[in-house]
Amino acid sequence: MPNVIQLADVHKTYHTGEVDVRAVRGVSLTIGRGEFVALMGASGSGKSTMMNILGCLDRPTGGQYLLDGVDVSELTREQLADIRNTKIGFVFQGFNLLSRTSALENVELPMLYIRDHLHHHDITERATRALQVVGLADRADHHPSQLSGGQQQRVAIARALVNQPALILADEPTGNLDSRTSIEIMGVFQKLNDAGITIVMVTHELDIAQYTKRNVVMRDGCVVSDVLVSKRLSAIEELQRLEQDHQAVQLTA
Amino acid sequence: MRFFATFRIALRALRRNKLRSVLTALGIIIGVGAVIAMVGIGNGAKAQVDAQIASLGKNVIIIWAGNVTSGGVRMGQGNAGTLLMRDVEGIAQEIPGVAAVSPEVWLGGRAIAGSQNWNTRMLGESPEYFTIRQWPFMAGMSFTEQDVRGATKVCVLGKTVADQLFGDEDPIGQVVRIWSVPMVVVGVLAPKGMSVMGTDQDDVIYAPYTSVMKRFLRTNNLRAINVQTTSQDLLTPVQRQIEALLREHHHISPPREDDFTVRNQEEIAQMATATTRVMTLLLAAIASVSLMVGGIGIMNIMLVSVTERTREIGIRMAVGAHARDILLQFLIEAITLSSLGGILGIVIGIGAAKALSLLAGWPTLISMPAIVVAFLFSAAVGVFFGFYPARKASQLDPIEALRYE
Repeated sequence: MPNVIQLADVHKTYHTGEVDVRAVRGVSLTIGRGEFVALMGASGSGKSTMMNILGCLDRPTGGQYLLDGVDVSELTREQLADIRNTKIGFVFQGFNLLSRTSALENVELPMLYIRDHLHHHDITERATRALQVVGLADRADHHPSQLSGGQQQRVAIARALVNQPALILADEPTGNLDSRTSIEIMGVFQKLNDAGITIVMVTHELDIAQYTKRNVVMRDGCVVSDVLVSKRLSAIEELQRLEQDHQAVQLTA
Repeated sequence: MRFFATFRIALRALRRNKLRSVLTALGIIIGVGAVIAMVGIGNGAKAQVDAQIASLGKNVIIIWAGNVTSGGVRMGQGNAGTLLMRDVEGIAQEIPGVAAVSPEVWLGGRAIAGSQNWNTRMLGESPEYFTIRQWPFMAGMSFTEQDVRGATKVCVLGKTVADQLFGDEDPIGQVVRIWSVPMVVVGVLAPKGMSVMGTDQDDVIYAPYTSVMKRFLRTNNLRAINVQTTSQDLLTPVQRQIEALLREHHHISPPREDDFTVRNQEEIAQMATATTRVMTLLLAAIASVSLMVGGIGIMNIMLVSVTERTREIGIRMAVGAHARDILLQFLIEAITLSSLGGILGIVIGIGAAKALSLLAGWPTLISMPAIVVAFLFSAAVGVFFGFYPARKASQLDPIEALRYE
């Protein structure tokens, strides 16, 4: 079985005006099936560009990128769209749900763009199941404005899951959430990862990175550190501890 | 992406901005509504003119004494005194394809019956005149060839004259005095209504032409000659032969101009419908301008909509929408907007036409082709003016679109 992500000397250079901006300068990286990776780095480190390349939203200017065994470095715009549709699930910082569209319909969205058409019945069933996985089945007909930030992000995760992708790409998924909700969302990711789903997450929060299995740090367009997480946090345990602290405060007060 | 799903997305997007959608479609609604109403009025007018043309009779050629000047004004027509009985005889005997001929003399005056009087006109004709004009009788019958030979004092009344002079009484056998000459009524004609020129065709008294010539006018000059051909195809050839014959009779050769005017029914119909045609063309021009303006409105709003929904486009592209899917989505939205505008416009147009025919008494005729064309045209406006914004949306870069605030 091929690796989910295999990057070989990937470069990305932007030609803006007179200066060439070398955002990614020779990254080689392999991510296997079932891994949970945090991609870290300060702003300007090239991690956003890296994210766009990994997400097939952008093409590298040099090197080779194999996604799930498929070389996507030279694909056309439309072929990349199909790859995004079938192999990648996106989770964004700002949730990026369609407003005034129900949670269920938001989750159905990727299935509308599958090339071989699904029956409407199957679409609804699969979307409902994805919402069950993230624990929001009872909110299926709510609109994003009626949901909390954490719930919206769960809907976004359900949408990422629904086409059974090889990879879930999360771009600062906890960036807009408070610490407790962030841990809840990390709990959802850990649960999915335990079920065998590969997750790559961009974050700049060190504590959030401790919930993953592997941390890759970038600086100036290069990978400067790539370590396995030794003291991995469990979201369930952390939430329990938070709960206990909370009760302790109430008791003393 | 399936068409139905795209259509639903488009409908939802339009529902989201109800007021804006309605205002945007208003240009199309007004344009299409105006077209439907105006074409309805135009068709109604045309139907009326057609009926009037038909009331002229069947396969009719009319020869007037005098000439039509180049400006189109008939000068001294009827008074030229250039048509004589030998012209009538020539046409009847020498030209093949002539079914009936009726010489015509004209006389204006007051008709008196009992205590009633009515200002009208009296035309002298032959009995064949009623065949030529396909004019049925309500009561009684026509005067006869014998009446023509004997210049009998008999007459046939138009419906208007009969009503004015006799009301509910039966006019048959009664006496009508014109210029103090008593005439016995032998028939009353069925009503024909307005003529092409807008005069009342039923406000007339007919008498044998010989009676009018001898007892009233004391002249041999005819005002006109009515001719009927045996078939419609013969209208033009017979007209040419009549012209040739009359030139020969009147010793006319170039450069002298004809002292008579010949028109056949088709020419009269063309002259009468020319106005309607110009009006229809004018309406089409106005309609296309308003549809154009409506289309620009749609394009404007679609461009705004694309900018507003940049993020949505980004999301759709991120989860796998092709450029084509986005193009289709916005194109369908534009077409839906313009088509719904078109349908609403058709409904309003029909309503306006009905209201006009009720209030102003104008005859209107809603034609199915006009409705179909108006609908297709409004849909085409959506395609034409929706394409550029839709293409702009489909060309967005997903990374930029997702970052758009």
